[in-house]
Amino acid sequence: MNSLLPRETALRVSCSRRDFLRQAAGLALGGAVFQASPFIRAESGKNRKVVVVTFGGGARDQETFSPEGQENIPRMLNELAPQSSFFTHVTNEGILGHYVATASLATGVYETLNNFAAVAPEHPTVFEYFRKDLRRPSSDAWVVAPSNGFNRIGESDVRGFGSGMGARVILPKRLLGVASNGGSEAFDHLLHDNYESPLYTPVLAGGEVELQQLETILKLSVDDFVSHARTLSSPDELSLYIAKRLMREESPSLLWITMHDIDVAHSGAYSLYIDGIRRTDRLCGELWKAIETEPEYAGKTTMFVLPDFGRDSDLDSGGNGFQHHRTGDAASRTTWMMVLGAGVRHGVVYNGPVQSIDLVPTIGNMLGFSPSQSQGKLIRDLA
Amino acid sequence: MRPHDLQPEAFAAYPPEAKALAVTHLDAIRQLPLTFVPSLLRQIMDYDYCFPVERSMVEGELAVLNSLSAAQRDEWFGPFSAISTSDPLANFDWVNLPAQFVEQQAAYLWSTHQLDAFRKAALDYGNLLAKMRHPEPLKIQRLGIAVVGQGVDDYQAPLFRNLRKHGTLFTQVNPARGLDTLLSAVEQRARTNPAAYAHWYVDGGTLSIQNPGITCVSYESLTPLRLSLLKKMQAQIAQPGMGPEELRTLLARMTPADLGIENSTDPVLSRFQIRLFTEASGTQIYSTTFAQWTAREVLRRAQALTLLVRFAPRQRQRPMNELLSSKQGDPQLDPTGSLIDADMGAYYHWIDQQRLTGAEQAAFIAWFEGHGNAVAIGPSIPRGVESNTPIDMSKLLSLVST
Repeated sequence: MNSLLPRETALRVSCSRRDFLRQAAGLALGGAVFQASPFIRAESGKNRKVVVVTFGGGARDQETFSPEGQENIPRMLNELAPQSSFFTHVTNEGILGHYVATASLATGVYETLNNFAAVAPEHPTVFEYFRKDLRRPSSDAWVVAPSNGFNRIGESDVRGFGSGMGARVILPKRLLGVASNGGSEAFDHLLHDNYESPLYTPVLAGGEVELQQLETILKLSVDDFVSHARTLSSPDELSLYIAKRLMREESPSLLWITMHDIDVAHSGAYSLYIDGIRRTDRLCGELWKAIETEPEYAGKTTMFVLPDFGRDSDLDSGGNGFQHHRTGDAASRTTWMMVLGAGVRHGVVYNGPVQSIDLVPTIGNMLGFSPSQSQGKLIRDLA
Repeated sequence: MRPHDLQPEAFAAYPPEAKALAVTHLDAIRQLPLTFVPSLLRQIMDYDYCFPVERSMVEGELAVLNSLSAAQRDEWFGPFSAISTSDPLANFDWVNLPAQFVEQQAAYLWSTHQLDAFRKAALDYGNLLAKMRHPEPLKIQRLGIAVVGQGVDDYQAPLFRNLRKHGTLFTQVNPARGLDTLLSAVEQRARTNPAAYAHWYVDGGTLSIQNPGITCVSYESLTPLRLSLLKKMQAQIAQPGMGPEELRTLLARMTPADLGIENSTDPVLSRFQIRLFTEASGTQIYSTTFAQWTAREVLRRAQALTLLVRFAPRQRQRPMNELLSSKQGDPQLDPTGSLIDADMGAYYHWIDQQRLTGAEQAAFIAWFEGHGNAVAIGPSIPRGVESNTPIDMSKLLSLVST
């Protein structure tokens, strides 16, 4: 039988992380201190951009922002945290599978779809609200996704929204597979798909569209793309490379990047899990640097970084510690969110509980659209 | 079908002892809710292949269920009864496929936001059951030993950070004949306190000793089984319509005969070994995961009195398809990464040991093989301190012993 961690554990975990951050990064306590934001000014919704990064798939406190985890996230801790608003108590009350959880993040509703099926979210996505309400073209909302299983994440099938109304989705691994024209041996290390169920990869038809994306949108020749891919060491590095090309060539106002290297933890090798966290930390730092230096993004972009959820506690007998996220215990449901950039207070820690589905209405408030079917709440500290 | 409809014939496909056990306790089982019964049947169905401790646990649980009054049954199982189930689940063949039912039920609980309620019901049930049990005191102190870092010449980062707060970190352990001393200690315990499946030696590489008094499992010795399984998995993945759930169901049904182990001299151990690969993730590809998971299962299921786990270098990370293919080349090893894996594995070994009876008296040693660092944990060992006093392995063993 599973053991049950008390609900208070989540709060305790958050508190210890807050205390650590305050000591380590010199951050201030938010919420009670800042009731309004008279000194914070952001670009108007029209010019503002939002980048969402899921720090995934699934990372625990103890390997990230808790004292013992600090060595794994030097970029986020030392470079990003001092200029961010940090939320210590983010819970995910939904299904803890990566696709369904990412879909929940994107819709603001706890989705119940089959985690392992290539199906669309059951509710309108943030991309559909954004494009419909603000009359934005498809080039203004993009998703860079890690796995073939994420190819439907960009839009729902909901009436009034749905087909053609969402984000364009780019699957870098799929792109590389097509570009290398089947000769993928040299890139196998970049083509890991779904660690959660490594035996299953949805088969996607076609290939012409991807190559078209490469040449007409990313302005990359197949040779250059393949040549650059040879210098990369992981799928998430490939995703970042593509994301940066998208920022330069398309400059979408809403860009969603789903990282996935960390989910190698399902193999049970702790060192690989830690390697994944350290790599993701580095990539987040590089992405922020790109945002700050890219003219279309500098000064008008808000970046959200959050794990889709945590992983099981070492002490829950129903799980096997870091390896999975199956118990639904506090460690697997409780995580954090870092927000930085335009309109965000620097170096402030918020300990009040928020839910992962609160992301969509908060982005809606920033960009000026109304996510009518979202069940999340606006995070007022970011309003 | 619902539990109250159960008839003895329903268990016709069960192994003989499991069938007898189910039929004997049928009246009690009939009184229980559907949300609970398949979990119980899953245990009963495996009864013929259970370790002795597991058998007594199942028997004890059924005896308790038989003894409950109607009011007690309501108290114990009310929370389970309050959890809804679906028609497809109710119509599922949960008698003959209880493990698959439990898996599908888990998906249903997630999707209907009832998982937390189920977890609470399960925990409360476990606590009530524990109060009714009166385990006999252990005949000897439980001892766990984790040997990590094989093949690593130099490692400067701190080791045993999770364990050291529970015991003393020794930095001047004489590594000479350290492994031999530890293995001899296991043999000595098996000789003086013989019992089936009570003393174990698990090796992530090749066994250093074979001893009939010790249950020995190694990654190397199970290579044929592992490759056979991987080959079958690859074949199944290529089948149309095969998804993760289907594959998992297929793996759960695999028997020794399916994998070419027809005439095992120890069917209980054979089943256990197969499940190390069919019920876990990563054991098929990484020896460090295999060693950690095996330790977990040895403690959870056999409740070993002695368990020595020696981690060996695993292969380097490679593309998943390549790792899962049964082609055996000469894989490059990752000794340093394996040491980090094993450090965490040793911590999990200790946690799993502490879940068992006699935890407050239990002893544990984790040693960096060939080096001077070790953590010793025992009832009389100071916690959270470091000792730089030279010490040999025999002395370390005597320190943790009561």
